[in-house]
Amino acid sequence: MNNDKEKNKPENKGDESREIIDDVTGGEYKYGFTTDIDTDIIPTGLNEDVIRLISTKKGEPEWLLDFRLKAYRHWLTLEMPKWAHLDIPPIDYQAISYYAAPRKKEGPKSLDEVDPQLLDTFNRLGIPLQEQKALAGMAVDAVMDSVSVKTTHREKLAELGIIFCSFSEAVKDYPDLVRRYLGSVVSYRDNFFAALNSAVFSDGSFVYIPKGVRCPMELSTYFRINASGTGQFERTLIVADDDAYVSYLEGCTAPMRDENQLHAAIVEIVVEDRAEVKYSTVQNWYAGDKDGKGGVYNFVTKRGLCRGDYSKLSWTQVETGSAITWKYPSCVLAGEGSVGEFYSVAVTRNRQQADTGTKMIHTGRRTRSTIVSKGISAGHSQNSYRGLVKIAPKADGCRNYTQCDSLLLSSTCGAHTFPYIDVMNDTAIVEHEATTSKISEEQLFYCNQRGIPTEEAVALIVNGYAKEVMNKLPMEFAVEAQKLLQITLEGSVG
Amino acid sequence: MNSLQQYLDLYRENARLIDSNSADALNRLRPGALNALQGKSLPTKASEDYERTSIADMMTPDFGLNIGRVDIPVDVTASFRCNVPNMSTLLAFTVNDIFKPTQHLADRLPDGVRFMSLKKAASEMPDIVARHYGSASPIEDPLVALNSLLVQDGVFIYVPDGVTVSRPLQLVNIFNATIPALAAMRRVLIVLGKGARCQFLTCDHTQDAVNSYLSSQVTEIILGEGASLDYCEIEESSAMTSRAASLYVEQSAASRFSSTTVTLTCGNTRNNMTVNLNGEGCITYLGGMAVNSDKRHIDNCTRVNHNAPRCKSDQKFKYVLDDESTGAFEGTILVTGDAPFTEAYQSNRNILASPVAKMHTKPQLLIYNDDVKCSHGATTGQLDNEALFYMRTRGIPEKEARTMLMQAFMSDIIEGVSIEGLRDRLRHLVEMRFHGTDSFCENCGGNIRREQCNNDSL
Repeated sequence: MNNDKEKNKPENKGDESREIIDDVTGGEYKYGFTTDIDTDIIPTGLNEDVIRLISTKKGEPEWLLDFRLKAYRHWLTLEMPKWAHLDIPPIDYQAISYYAAPRKKEGPKSLDEVDPQLLDTFNRLGIPLQEQKALAGMAVDAVMDSVSVKTTHREKLAELGIIFCSFSEAVKDYPDLVRRYLGSVVSYRDNFFAALNSAVFSDGSFVYIPKGVRCPMELSTYFRINASGTGQFERTLIVADDDAYVSYLEGCTAPMRDENQLHAAIVEIVVEDRAEVKYSTVQNWYAGDKDGKGGVYNFVTKRGLCRGDYSKLSWTQVETGSAITWKYPSCVLAGEGSVGEFYSVAVTRNRQQADTGTKMIHTGRRTRSTIVSKGISAGHSQNSYRGLVKIAPKADGCRNYTQCDSLLLSSTCGAHTFPYIDVMNDTAIVEHEATTSKISEEQLFYCNQRGIPTEEAVALIVNGYAKEVMNKLPMEFAVEAQKLLQITLEGSVG
Repeated sequence: MNSLQQYLDLYRENARLIDSNSADALNRLRPGALNALQGKSLPTKASEDYERTSIADMMTPDFGLNIGRVDIPVDVTASFRCNVPNMSTLLAFTVNDIFKPTQHLADRLPDGVRFMSLKKAASEMPDIVARHYGSASPIEDPLVALNSLLVQDGVFIYVPDGVTVSRPLQLVNIFNATIPALAAMRRVLIVLGKGARCQFLTCDHTQDAVNSYLSSQVTEIILGEGASLDYCEIEESSAMTSRAASLYVEQSAASRFSSTTVTLTCGNTRNNMTVNLNGEGCITYLGGMAVNSDKRHIDNCTRVNHNAPRCKSDQKFKYVLDDESTGAFEGTILVTGDAPFTEAYQSNRNILASPVAKMHTKPQLLIYNDDVKCSHGATTGQLDNEALFYMRTRGIPEKEARTMLMQAFMSDIIEGVSIEGLRDRLRHLVEMRFHGTDSFCENCGGNIRREQCNNDSL
């Protein structure tokens, strides 16, 4: 590490601040370790037999197998899209194992029955799955490699009629609900990765909030890729019925791997009349080492349908991980007066690449959306915002405000903005603004002058820069996210 | 269907004729162009850069090309008096792609300055033409390749080192055909030496609104150190006209390029503008406005590449879209790692004046350097209702109030035009455009519209 620091040190700017930046932005991944749990992996490759095997292993009904096969056949007709501002090495879809489940003994009913090593992994990740989490008043559905391990607080939620369980359980216990909503927001025909996911998805979470219920606690899922050479294809489906409210958290950390790992998830959210869903993500998959070796490919399709009138969907994301991030949490604002929000902080360093943003598709009248995107790039990374705001011809009186800012922390990184604004209605008001800048010498000097060391000053400035988004995170999460941001970038100077 | 094939076939069948009617410098690029197009197809809406304008569809009709260089008799001076009050210009015409200077034009130019046919220039100044022709526009661009493959003539402007041309050069492009569908491949090459200064004004017209025209124009501008060019382009064609224009500018250190692209009437227009800032301290301004109605389509695509330190660029584009018209703007600022201390700005503001008009905006920033000041902004909306109400309470009729507001909206683009005298003219043209429906450059546009024009400027 020290040697690397010497190498990276620019000749003319060998000052303290530069050292800090190299030190921090060149830092190795903290959460890299592998848990030796027996995993049940099927051989690599993808064909109809594999899909049948996944379906059989999970004991799925016939209709779901049909859904998978239709998706697979459609996937075969598609090519991997190339429009993103990303440099993606070719992916061999036949070299991936499409299913890895931690081998279950009898289904554990309490935490004591869960494999202690698994619990230890979560503890090392700093996930307070047990009492800490209970004290924090959260229910966690922990997903380790595709199969849900344990869902806490389920009974408590069940009292209110809230369903919060793994996707496979939902298929078994609530087939009608799943069948009604699966693929209703993100069809398997949507895009290449959505088709792939629909064909091979292994597990995920299912949430249903009944009419008029306000979920009393934050629902939370941690995803984590563990086994080597396996892709993770989870699927989340959230349905908020009339007048319901739920805040859902999703956090990710993945252990260190040398070969790249593929992650192609789908999140579907249905928001009915006057309901509100708040979806927060902290994504910290393994990003590869200094030279861009290894790391997770994160190709995610996230979309919510604000179907009901006056419904609201809010996406908040803090993206610090993944070698390649390709993700656009979107809102289809179909209900009259529905509201979509997107708040994002995306940090890239070393050789990371991110092409992320949102889509706000206004099809309902008097719908509103807000987009605030903050990109921070360091090292040799490339950070792009790509967002679509579309106002359909019949959507009268719509309003959108978009702000995307980029902060550059080195002269070798890139920050890019690709907004798409399609307005087909003359009563719409759409605004977009973007700025790109670095931390100014003046700001740093001002802090130094007042006795704040450079490292702290940068942390202060970056935190202030990202505050607008951080404030939107639920409190428990905000702390974690802030910590993550600091670990990633606390000593940054231009 | 591959609409490119008909052009490749046309070239293969007539290669010798095309070569013999052109000049060596132009012929030299044809094999490379053919190579670049072979096995390709023209961009469609499926390609990321042409999402809103399909060049393939635009080029599909069976256009005729004047390969035999038949001189179409047009009394240009009689039917076109594109005069701008308070401004005397050095005027020339092109009819389709054939250059026609006004009388004594060559004598009235300052010493060493050229404003002439590109074909003729290729034989008179072979070194300069050969050095610069094709140097700014990459042959990989399918529009450039197609133009290079079939182009036979065009316009050449040369200003030697240190020379200032005090009167603006004006070029009037007229489309005139005896066949129902005509394509013209035109090339414009502008070379300014060190410290040279020049103003250039060009406008596009069609002789009629019946025949369909395809204008494929590639403009290459090479600015020497400290050179300065004011460039203004006005399109006033017909609904039957398709235009695919590519502008490529290469700027050396401390040079200045200021351009305004005005689209008042068009059919289906795509303007590509690429500016490369290759030397320290360049200044670039790209302004543009479009007033669109009916089912017409206008698509401006800009790309400013900051390749050197301490350059400044500013882009301002404004659209007013009425009826079922569509507008698109795609603007990119690229700042490379070699361009610290860059200042680059871009703004695109649009007004939708009808419920069915559509606007697509894609303002992009690509930044590979941390010591920059960059911003872009885009808005799409309507006229301010409160301002409208205020004006109406003061007795201004609604229509007039609207026109005034729209004019005010466009005013900063007009103010951005650096050729004095032209600003008034543009203000007048825009006002008339908002009042009426078709081409308004007085006495331009030929017989059909002459009656509609009033004669106050004669």
